[in-house]
Amino acid sequence: MEISQGQAHSAPPLVGGRFLQILECPEGAQEAGRSGPVPLQGAQADEAFRFSANLDRRGKLNTVMNTLYDKIWEKHLVCQEPGKPALLYIDLHLVHEVTSPQAFEGLRLSGRRARRPDLTFATMDHNVPTWSRSRPIEDPVSAQQIRTLSDNCRQFGVQLFDLASPHQGIVHVIGPELGLTLPGLTIVCGDSHTSTHGAFGALAFGIGTSEVEHVLATQCLQQNKAKNFRVLFQGRLPDHVSAKDAILYLIRTIGTDGATGCVIEYAGAMIEALTMEERMTVCNMSIEAGARAGMIAPDDTTFYYLEGRPYAPAGSQLKDAVEQWRALASDPGVRFDREVSIDVSRLQPQVSWGTSPGMVVDVSGVVPSPDSFADPNQRKAAEQALRYMALQPGTPIVDLKLDRVFIGSCTNSRIEDLRAAAEVARGRKVAASVHAMVVPGSQAIRNQAIREGLDRIFQEAGFDWRESGCSMCLGMNPDFLQPGERCASTSNRNFEGRQGRGGRTHLVSPQMAAAAAIAGHFVDVRKWE
Amino acid sequence: MTPFQTHTGRVAPIDAVNVDTDQIIPKQFLKKIERTGFGEFLFFDWRYLPDGAENPDFILNKPDRRGATILLARKNFGCGSSREHAPWALENYGFRALIAPSFADIFFNNCFKNGLLPAVLTENEVDALFQMAGADPGLEVTVDLPAQTVTAGGFRANFQIEPFRKDCLLRGLDDIGLTLQHEEAIAAYEARTRNIRSGKLIRDSAGQG
Repeated sequence: MEISQGQAHSAPPLVGGRFLQILECPEGAQEAGRSGPVPLQGAQADEAFRFSANLDRRGKLNTVMNTLYDKIWEKHLVCQEPGKPALLYIDLHLVHEVTSPQAFEGLRLSGRRARRPDLTFATMDHNVPTWSRSRPIEDPVSAQQIRTLSDNCRQFGVQLFDLASPHQGIVHVIGPELGLTLPGLTIVCGDSHTSTHGAFGALAFGIGTSEVEHVLATQCLQQNKAKNFRVLFQGRLPDHVSAKDAILYLIRTIGTDGATGCVIEYAGAMIEALTMEERMTVCNMSIEAGARAGMIAPDDTTFYYLEGRPYAPAGSQLKDAVEQWRALASDPGVRFDREVSIDVSRLQPQVSWGTSPGMVVDVSGVVPSPDSFADPNQRKAAEQALRYMALQPGTPIVDLKLDRVFIGSCTNSRIEDLRAAAEVARGRKVAASVHAMVVPGSQAIRNQAIREGLDRIFQEAGFDWRESGCSMCLGMNPDFLQPGERCASTSNRNFEGRQGRGGRTHLVSPQMAAAAAIAGHFVDVRKWE
Repeated sequence: MTPFQTHTGRVAPIDAVNVDTDQIIPKQFLKKIERTGFGEFLFFDWRYLPDGAENPDFILNKPDRRGATILLARKNFGCGSSREHAPWALENYGFRALIAPSFADIFFNNCFKNGLLPAVLTENEVDALFQMAGADPGLEVTVDLPAQTVTAGGFRANFQIEPFRKDCLLRGLDDIGLTLQHEEAIAAYEARTRNIRSGKLIRDSAGQG
């Protein structure tokens, strides 16, 4: 990308930029974003016409138009009193060991029951060691938290996928995998990456522990409606450039508070072409842009994914459901409060350099200078980040040497992520100076990877092949960085100390992480021989 | 929940944008199953050196900032993880109000559940407070919820707050109790949607009860 570094990392809207067009529309002026400088053709042109003429797909005049988010919101309204937040019904409540103990305790103290344990599912993922399941948990505090979840689930009648279960895994990986996550549902969990489930056209968002207790007790949440924000990813991803690179680029562009107060709907040709796994990666990191949730309209890709999942509807029920799910898509021409368009056809692999997920550059770029930031607060943040990351401005990204590589997390631990990493690793060896680990998102993924022989590819290349869990994404379990260690990570947050106190995290795609493990430093995976 | 009316106290300015909840309370302290006792771990990695000694350079450790009850911050404070341990730690440490140009959504929401008032002022107003608080550690700031004002010396600013949140905070109301007053509406919703809601489909298709 021919943009100066100063622009690149602060990434202002590149209106009419040579390779990337980011057309940000003021409120009520979405036409500009729709037409843009490139003439629309085919279906896009039809849609633009319908939009300008305010017609629906059948040519009927639209009176009320709604977004995907509006539709799900309205379907779940229990009551709405003037001057108060709406009461929204929750279809699926996912629970894990870290943010639930105080919520269950609250129920006990107030003598309340769990209203709908049949809509509540629990697993243990954050604290879980990724060493052999036969080896006990050594940290007594972690062990107690895990035991507490078992006790609570038993007492309140909640289905639990525990460490002995073949369905155990990261909560945001197993929900979709089991078919619990379905289009049109409202889904919550005491975890910010609940936005992942929005990939199915569900309204899914993270909540705090008080709200976990609230949902357990009432199956409802008091909510204020967020704004509608559409992100159009246009074009086709180049080879070796992934959904992870697209979402990192978006965060770099709009900032980590760019979507605060909004629900993002992702659309456009790139999104339509993505698999469910890739869509989950995109929606997963919506929270890193500050969004309340991220969503993608369900389509055939979604419906095929759901077929045969244990908890998904089957047979005629699935057919009926699909009919309803198709109607969830945002009405053509509906106005969004905000819209951003990004052409990904020349996107490069992205690498974070700092301590916030918006601090990202192209793999061909260099570590930026704080002086390139106009805003004094951003400049100060960059100085602090460079100090923490022990980086010099101007250093090429590909010159950064690594000590650790982590392939895993609810962002990138699904079977396709492992396949992409294995393809890079096949027949090669991890650099002697690097410890690289692969942590599948769930037991089911782990088993599938073994059936496909991916475990052998990783192990022969010298990767540490682990059991499933959140692992070094946040290092609550025994997997964490030592002070000063530099890590290429497929996770979602590069905050100070996130992967271990003093640890230095660089966020990348699975392909980029695997290549970095082998080279011992970042490489441009597009040029990887 | 402790009600919040008007609070006057000294200020601890944290001059950094995008302070995430991992900084407010690092992960190793999320293993507790209680709701209390997080204050001593607030801003742990910034507050303590690797050897466990207090970091004398960190604002909360400055002798003239001890006992501060109002946290002054930059934009997007509380971003990242949804951990309610962050407001628990702030509240448990002794903070009663937070002032910033913006807060991350989940954190903002979590504060209200814990009697902690996050007041949003403009960038310019926050800048002015940073200058005043930086120059005078003894500066007393008053956050008045009924009047929706922040005042300090000659400084005066108004903040917006949703009437419902304000009322809950003023009276220390329990959300769950309020929602349970809508039991009829909830039951009616469940009866109305039982057959089309996928939750039902989930159980049927899985052959479970």
